[in-house]
Amino acid sequence: MSATEATAESTGVTNLNVSGGEAGPAPVAIVVSYGFWIFLLSDIIMFSALFATYAVLSGQTDGGPSGRELFDTRNVAIETLCLLFSSYTCGLGSVFLERRSLPAFYVLFGITFVLGAIFLGLEFHEFAGMVARGAGPSRSAFLSAFFALVGLHGAHVSIGLIWLAFMVAQTAAKGPREFVLRRLRCFSLFWHALDIIWVAVMSLVYLMAVRV
Amino acid sequence: MNEKSKHSSSILAYTSGLAFALLLTGASFLVSHSHELWGPGLPVGLAVLAIAQMGVHLVFFLHVGSGPDDTNTVLALAFGILIVTLVVSGSLWIMANLNGNMMPPSAIMEMAR
Amino acid sequence: MGKLTWSAIPFDQPIPMAASLFIVLGVLGLLGLTTAKGWWPYIWREWLTSVDHKRIGVMYVLLALVLLLRGFIDAIMMRSQLAVAAGGAAGYLPPEHYDQIFSAHGTIMIFFMAMPFMVGLMNFVVPLQLGVRDVAFPVLNAVSFWLTASGALLVNISLVVGEFARTGWLAYPPLSELQFSPGVGVDYYLWALQISGVGTLLAGINLVTTILKLRAPGMSYMRMPVFCWTALASNLLIVAAFPILTATFGMLLLDRYLGMHFFTNDGGGNAMLYFNLIWAWGHPEVYILILPAFGVFSEVIATFSGKALFGYRSMVLATMAICILSFMVWLHHFFTMGAGANVNAFFGVMTMIIAVPTGVKIFNWLFTLFRGRIRFEVPVLWAIGFMVTFVIGGMTGVLMAVPPADFVLHNSVFLVAHFHNVIIGGVLFGGMAGYNYWFPKAFGFTLHKGLGALSFWCWLIGFYLAFMPLYALGLMGMTRRMQHYADTGWQPYLIVAEVGAVVILCGIVATIAQLVVSIRSRDARRDVTGDPWNGRTLEWSTTSPPPHYNFAVLPRVNSVDAFWKMKKDGLDAPPTTYDSIDVPPRSPNGFVTAFFAVVTGFALIWHITWMAILGLVCATVTLMVFGWIERVDNEISGSDLALAERPRSKASA
Repeated sequence: MSATEATAESTGVTNLNVSGGEAGPAPVAIVVSYGFWIFLLSDIIMFSALFATYAVLSGQTDGGPSGRELFDTRNVAIETLCLLFSSYTCGLGSVFLERRSLPAFYVLFGITFVLGAIFLGLEFHEFAGMVARGAGPSRSAFLSAFFALVGLHGAHVSIGLIWLAFMVAQTAAKGPREFVLRRLRCFSLFWHALDIIWVAVMSLVYLMAVRV
Repeated sequence: MNEKSKHSSSILAYTSGLAFALLLTGASFLVSHSHELWGPGLPVGLAVLAIAQMGVHLVFFLHVGSGPDDTNTVLALAFGILIVTLVVSGSLWIMANLNGNMMPPSAIMEMAR
Repeated sequence: MGKLTWSAIPFDQPIPMAASLFIVLGVLGLLGLTTAKGWWPYIWREWLTSVDHKRIGVMYVLLALVLLLRGFIDAIMMRSQLAVAAGGAAGYLPPEHYDQIFSAHGTIMIFFMAMPFMVGLMNFVVPLQLGVRDVAFPVLNAVSFWLTASGALLVNISLVVGEFARTGWLAYPPLSELQFSPGVGVDYYLWALQISGVGTLLAGINLVTTILKLRAPGMSYMRMPVFCWTALASNLLIVAAFPILTATFGMLLLDRYLGMHFFTNDGGGNAMLYFNLIWAWGHPEVYILILPAFGVFSEVIATFSGKALFGYRSMVLATMAICILSFMVWLHHFFTMGAGANVNAFFGVMTMIIAVPTGVKIFNWLFTLFRGRIRFEVPVLWAIGFMVTFVIGGMTGVLMAVPPADFVLHNSVFLVAHFHNVIIGGVLFGGMAGYNYWFPKAFGFTLHKGLGALSFWCWLIGFYLAFMPLYALGLMGMTRRMQHYADTGWQPYLIVAEVGAVVILCGIVATIAQLVVSIRSRDARRDVTGDPWNGRTLEWSTTSPPPHYNFAVLPRVNSVDAFWKMKKDGLDAPPTTYDSIDVPPRSPNGFVTAFFAVVTGFALIWHITWMAILGLVCATVTLMVFGWIERVDNEISGSDLALAERPRSKASA
């Protein structure tokens, strides 16, 4: 084969259209996004184990309060809107980032952070209220399952906010370099996935419990 | 020009996704609070609405299925959905069966007294 | 210092004290020797901070072999106890000690011997077979290894400071709940496995991404070596199953630390839920272990028969079928727990179905050997031993898949014989075959053949002596995990089993001797061509050991058994033009993260709050610091590459 062909192949980056292996190793950006996607799927499986646990234990109130008595759907509605809109602003922010319109990116990601923080505040308030009423996670199996499932989601949101702040700081300090952009794409995947999990929590935990 | 139209179609995608998600959220709240849906069908209704909204997120926010390199992504998602279905439905079936056949723990504790 | 006091060190118990002294002196001796000889800069630079998949693979296998020794010592202690504790005799191991030994034996052998052995082989071989330079995420790879090593370290610390779990290798509640296991043993178990579990999950993500996204040009899926297919299936299972383990252990930890009620007897908890979830992980786990071993045998049998593997397509289909089916059988681990007949029947039938693809594989291996020109090198011995032994073990498994039969045999030593039959005959034999097969590639010289054969025969004969009596005993009614027994009629069988364990010990000694002798005589057994076995796949196209970048120019693949085709078509000459390549620099990330993981884990086990918070904060800061710094690849220019590769070009000219 000619030297130029050898060159093209040795660098390993040719056309992207065929993922059947003909093109050689995929570019770094695709590899990173795909790896993070696999991680997200594993995280969703972890949540599904907790969902299964919640489903099995949701009736085990040990004579204590049930979801119907404890859940405040107005609060849930506000939390849902916060998270959904934060997903939207995150998505818009990544569009402007790809366009290198950094001021718009900062504003939109800032709003994402604020909405996420409001969500966490509301959730923390809800948990504190339940604990104060003697309906903490050690009261019954139902409450253990509830706090573990919803709490794990909240922990993911908290980690997401720390990650968000870190990434915005890194973007400001280093500029929209390629490695920073790859990680921001991963963050967006993460943030949208958290909203997906919340949809399941909202429907199958809260709305299911209070249904007429 | 091509770049700009790609980005405005992206913004359109996110905005329509938001609109659909809001609709489905509203529907979920409505369904669970009113008697629109026949009572025993409510869990299924809520689950269907939830799955639909998750689909909206996947398509409009996560852009699954719209890229050039995407067979792997969709296959991985399908694998994940399969595992989740097996684990959740398997666990529910097994635990319901066990609980039905076994003495409840409270009764066991009573016997131990 | 939380619950930690000086009484945690077993000064008053001779056997743990002796073991602790042995380990502590051994470790101190090793550290002292390294310091005295000035090896630290080399070790730090070339091994502890390496992100090279080949180095990491070697470290994984080394970890596995060391922990094999610890796990085996546990085993032979148990066999010795049972050989004497018949009738009224008490034996030499008190029950509370014996319980820790069988728990540690299982935990170590599965999590810190079998898993690292398979992950190590996959780590070393897969990028080479795919014709690429490293895995998808090299730094993450290092982090994964060091987290696994952290878990292994914590389990071994429990021998010196405190105690280990007495609950068996799966820590079933309610025994593992705080009410019935108030000590630190279960906490050692849980935290060690949570930490190493994260490492394993990350490794799974890494290898799945590598196999799906990083292959040499022209290597479509159906041109991948079968070992890479089994690695893909195994790592998909890791990604799918380990989150369940993390969640389940997490819930048990919440019960123990925060008084929650997932699996407790009171408060509405349901211990059976633990069984369900842990086995939803546990069954895929055993397939995670066996699939890479199947891959090793496919490579070994094809290479040493001098023929292409029979039925490539059906092998791939069988592998992926096993992958999916492994998530549909888990109830067969608790048939007797009270599920109804329809549930038991469904899972019983699925368990029988999953035996079919394995049968397909066995036939394919047999047909590969048939009419081949077989060279009886050491890896082939292990392969043939595997085929006989694993089939027997598999058949006893299918026997127990019949729920009524399982009601008799569940938790008897028949079960113990079955799973050792398939794990030793399958996973361990596969590991030893892979170890002997790829050792020359990793280190540049072959292993001594005679001692390798001796090791195999000792393991084979020892295994049958040690475990066939257990099948009989199980049918006679002996339960597992017994520290002593009343029926003296069982004793002759257990003495035979003890003899078997001693024969296996000879096998282990032979393996150690093989390594020592081979190192001493390494100049005489140098592998100068890089292809000592006349191999078929791409790893044999590199030097032994390969350069750290694996391939100066990525090979162009146009068939399955790519290297064999290249040799046949005369295309295996080294290239003439070289372009510059990028290689990732080393990173202390993995080692530092692991250090804080051990500190945090130890602190959590002993409820030392300030240390746990400090450890967690330090780990987070480490993550942030390493995340902030941009890693710049090292560039190797084309001319430097040409220089480095020149000995090969000269050799083949």
